Amino acid sequence: MLSHLPILQVILPLVAAPSCLIIRRATLVWLFTLGVCLAALAVSALLLQQVYTTGPISYALGGWDAPWGIEYRIDLLNAWVLLIVSGLSSAVIAAAHSSIARELAAGRQMLFYTLYLLCFAGLLGIVATGDVFNVFVFLEISSLSSYALLALGRDRRALWASFQYLIMGTIGATFILIGIGFLYMMTGTLNMADLAARLPAVSGTTTVLAAFAFIFVGICLKLALFPMHLWLPNAYSYAPSIVTAFLAATATKVALYLLLRFTVTVFGVDFALASLPLELLLIGLGLAGVFAASAVAIYQVDIKRMFAYSSVAQVGYMVVGIGIGTATALQATLLHLFNHALMKGGLFLALAGLVYQVGGCRIDSFRGLGRTMPWTMAAIAIGGISLIGMPLTVGFVSKWYLVAAAIDAGLWWVAILVVLGSLLAVLYVWRLVEAGYLQSPPEALAMIRREAPLGLLLPTWLLIAANLYFGVDTRLPVAVTAAASQFLLGGAAP
Amino acid sequence: MLLTSLYNYWVVIALMMIGLYMVIAQGNLIKKVIGLNIFQTSVFIFYISVGKVDGGGAPILEQGENLYSNPLPHVLILTAIVVGIATTALALALVIRIKRAYGSVEERDIQAAEDFQAAGRVAGEEKPC
Repeated sequence: MLSHLPILQVILPLVAAPSCLIIRRATLVWLFTLGVCLAALAVSALLLQQVYTTGPISYALGGWDAPWGIEYRIDLLNAWVLLIVSGLSSAVIAAAHSSIARELAAGRQMLFYTLYLLCFAGLLGIVATGDVFNVFVFLEISSLSSYALLALGRDRRALWASFQYLIMGTIGATFILIGIGFLYMMTGTLNMADLAARLPAVSGTTTVLAAFAFIFVGICLKLALFPMHLWLPNAYSYAPSIVTAFLAATATKVALYLLLRFTVTVFGVDFALASLPLELLLIGLGLAGVFAASAVAIYQVDIKRMFAYSSVAQVGYMVVGIGIGTATALQATLLHLFNHALMKGGLFLALAGLVYQVGGCRIDSFRGLGRTMPWTMAAIAIGGISLIGMPLTVGFVSKWYLVAAAIDAGLWWVAILVVLGSLLAVLYVWRLVEAGYLQSPPEALAMIRREAPLGLLLPTWLLIAANLYFGVDTRLPVAVTAAASQFLLGGAAP
Repeated sequence: MLLTSLYNYWVVIALMMIGLYMVIAQGNLIKKVIGLNIFQTSVFIFYISVGKVDGGGAPILEQGENLYSNPLPHVLILTAIVVGIATTALALALVIRIKRAYGSVEERDIQAAEDFQAAGRVAGEEKPC
């Protein structure tokens, strides 16, 4: 049983997804989905523990050995990302019941849970597999289900946003497919470890360069790296609140994992940095994203949209970490992957609570929220502080590592810009705090306390508490990410 | 010589560019979906061309036949074709719902409706997000 963990991780939600359609009762389906997510979380915790103590696990699918069959290869990097994805998915689905019941028609709720599990399975599959074509297949499983999830939004603009995302996403995925084709042409293999071993022999060719370019652009489209982020704000703003929380906490993280996996493991740092000015490109685009997206976020009236732009900015920080490319910088990226999932998961769930009670999340809805919905507002405030990167929150930990890595690498200007970028976050978070605590609620609502339902509030606070807990007790994430980044760079250097 | 020996790759590039151009330049959503299809199809042809071995037959064990085309890219692309069909179906389903919601499948009209709605919201109309 234990030796089959890598495949169980993916197959469990994949098989469970259609089962939702048989159950049919909304509450039962929800409990079932929650159970599946928690089981997946348990599997990924076991996997991480196993990898941390005994090293990478290789699982040959159907007993066909590695370069011929499909291999699932779990090392510290993907065990870490698997834990993040399944942990956040469990927290989000725990909050889903009341919010989904409010935002979706009764007939559609069951479909939501089916799509949720399919998307979840796709994301886990991308992370677990060691085969590049398998990556494409799982990428499309998760993408197609996320287009449908987005289109569940009540607003008609959700449809338009979903269509635009479908076009961009399909172009991105097809680019990745072209890149994989080029790699196969040159090496005759699809296995990541095998590719990494064979690529150096042909790395001088234009074909490999083209493969890298196609895969890089394809992943950046999925990642919503500035300036390829245009699909993201619309998609996040009009989707049902729970879907936004789910995608914000998991989908971009998985795309970032892919970027890391391809640049560091498959192509190798030496190739990636030698053949393209990748360092400059990633740092430049990352920082441009931080400033452009934060600046736009300040002027947003719709708060979901504001946090969507903030997500684009946060992706920028993670990409800067990859661009710097030292062990500390990669560790900062991996830390921020985890921390940003906690922040945005918590924030978007808090917004789901607001939408549940108020029916909208424009800035006017925040007036006096500190009095009418104190717990929700406090969650948003703490999440926002973590987003800025104040001490005692997780945001501080990853920014600290990123700035330290930039200074270590002699990139003073990067360190200064990262800190300045965080100041922009102060501006947009302050607007919420000001509206929530310093303005009085609209007359009609002044004296009514109407907190979000407990089912929503508890998971929100679980994530917000995790923001504080891991901001103080950093042992687990720091230990795992330090080992993972060492492993990544150690594996890349001959 | 280069033109004739690699002509299927030239076809791939031509189709790819036509498809991408349609996706970007066409305002009609159906035409965008068609463009996306052409774009994907070009990649299918690319994979199939990669797997072809000169003079090789179908990879079936048979007397006197010992040069085979590589079946792996062909199998891969079967999967990609399925993915492509799913994408097209989903895109068309979305177009149908967009048509119902906006009354049009022209990007320009939809954008205009959005801008109109956005203008209404600035004037103070509260809408759920």
